[in-house]
Amino acid sequence: MSINDIKKEFPIFNNKIRNNDLVYLDSANSSQKPQVVVDRIYDFYTKEFSNVGRSIHYLAVAATNLYENTRTLVQKYINAKDKNEIVFTKGATEAINLVANTFGQKHLNEGDEILLTELEHHSNYVPWHYLRKSKGVKIKFAEMDENGDVTLETIEKNITDKTKIIAITHLSNVTGAILPVKEITKLAHSKNIPVLIDGCQGAPHLKLDMQDLDCDFYAISCHKMYGPTGLGILYAKKKWLEELPPYQGGGGMIREVKKEGITFGELPNKYEAGTMATAQVIAFGESIKFINKIGIENIEKHERELTVYGEKVLRKNNSVKLIGNPKDKGSVLSFTLDGVHPHDIATILDEDGVAIRAGHHCCQILHEKLGLSATARASLGVYNTKDDLDQLNESLNKCKKIFS
Amino acid sequence: MDLKELYQEIILEHGKNPRNLGKFENFNKDAEGYNPLCGDKVHVYLKLNENKEIEDISFEGHGCAISMASASIMTELMKDKKNPEVKEILNDFLGMIKQSPELKSELIKEDEKTKLMSLSGVKQYPMRVKCATIAWHALASAMNYKKDENDSEKFV
Repeated sequence: MSINDIKKEFPIFNNKIRNNDLVYLDSANSSQKPQVVVDRIYDFYTKEFSNVGRSIHYLAVAATNLYENTRTLVQKYINAKDKNEIVFTKGATEAINLVANTFGQKHLNEGDEILLTELEHHSNYVPWHYLRKSKGVKIKFAEMDENGDVTLETIEKNITDKTKIIAITHLSNVTGAILPVKEITKLAHSKNIPVLIDGCQGAPHLKLDMQDLDCDFYAISCHKMYGPTGLGILYAKKKWLEELPPYQGGGGMIREVKKEGITFGELPNKYEAGTMATAQVIAFGESIKFINKIGIENIEKHERELTVYGEKVLRKNNSVKLIGNPKDKGSVLSFTLDGVHPHDIATILDEDGVAIRAGHHCCQILHEKLGLSATARASLGVYNTKDDLDQLNESLNKCKKIFS
Repeated sequence: MDLKELYQEIILEHGKNPRNLGKFENFNKDAEGYNPLCGDKVHVYLKLNENKEIEDISFEGHGCAISMASASIMTELMKDKKNPEVKEILNDFLGMIKQSPELKSELIKEDEKTKLMSLSGVKQYPMRVKCATIAWHALASAMNYKKDENDSEKFV
């Protein structure tokens, strides 16, 4: 499929933004949705709606099957060993909170250390922070180097005999650094330390294989993968999901409830309390099929080519300073423009229909290290083209002109 | 919508060369305005005498052209103003940014009104309103003004 054909699958691009074609460069924040995903939500609510896993009428059984089909699609997409290792959550944030909470409850004690990196998104720091107060644990941050990378050696240097879990990003949403997560996992496991990977930026852009990667936990954000909002996925090795306590209590996650006590349900129900985001789960199945139809390898290749092109274009622009020059870089282009604050850049670009993000991108630790309060960020998706990056550059020149 | 309305000459000039920038030695009141959305900060310093008159005022901070220009224009305007006047001007400005088409206070001179009205372009950019008001909220807090219970953009 050509990129133009792929782009046609996204109805948002039929709209004009302030009389301009939309140049959407904010996919690291959230991706646009193909028609098949939008249609699936509509069809489910109009023709097939029922709650899942409870009633035994026709619609309930059909909906339950559809819901479980997505679980299987996700399992295959990330090559997990067992479909019950896939837990639906309200987002990647909840997936990480689930692990921090349950793992923290059971395995962390005063003086224990959690190892993060300076690259982490707030959602892979704040959930762990609570354990400082409740458990008296210490949080360490493996340093980012001048390229915006965190190396295996830096991780190794920060591991002590107190380190109880390592939680790291797969792909930085600011510098674009792709971390050597497989090597880090291997190193951690050699010291009996489990690893959580924040895969928000990894899953939409890189081929995943949980059995090969061997990590203990992997968090996914569905709305960044051409899927609906309100949905995330926690992949966790079965041994953890069996061993750790439940996270939230409610309907659907129990086996037997009595006044004297409660027993909990089997996997995956144990971690899916209450009515889940059913329509979103079912529609997310279409997102996976959409990605599979193009091929994640092709998506990655396309985005890598565009990233190289974007870097080339922006490097030629003398006023632009790119943030981060990691060894292995995902499709994120963060930058500053001489004499123009990122917020002013974003407003001026928006006038041309160019959607970027400006700010700290939920990474204040990283920005503090950079000595910047904010950066501008263009991030790519399957629908982007070289023309989009040329337009970005042209609009940046317009910013310069206004502020000259 | 017009970018020229947002980025008027006065704003670009004040943004580039902010007046009263930097902490001064003998301030006796200060407060910080913070925009958690973008991480922008404006810290306002005052020397308030016993008559509650602003003898000196400055600010420190980093932020976009709008927030820097607004802080710069505000500090110019507020120097030598006394307490009830400060509150009146502050409420007039915040009211204008929120809804009122014009500035009503007679305490503000015509040329000062022109400068303040140059910030009214943010009304068309809801995400940028906070940029224009961040310094003013910091000033209100340094002056110990309390927010109106029913209106977060008004001080009593």
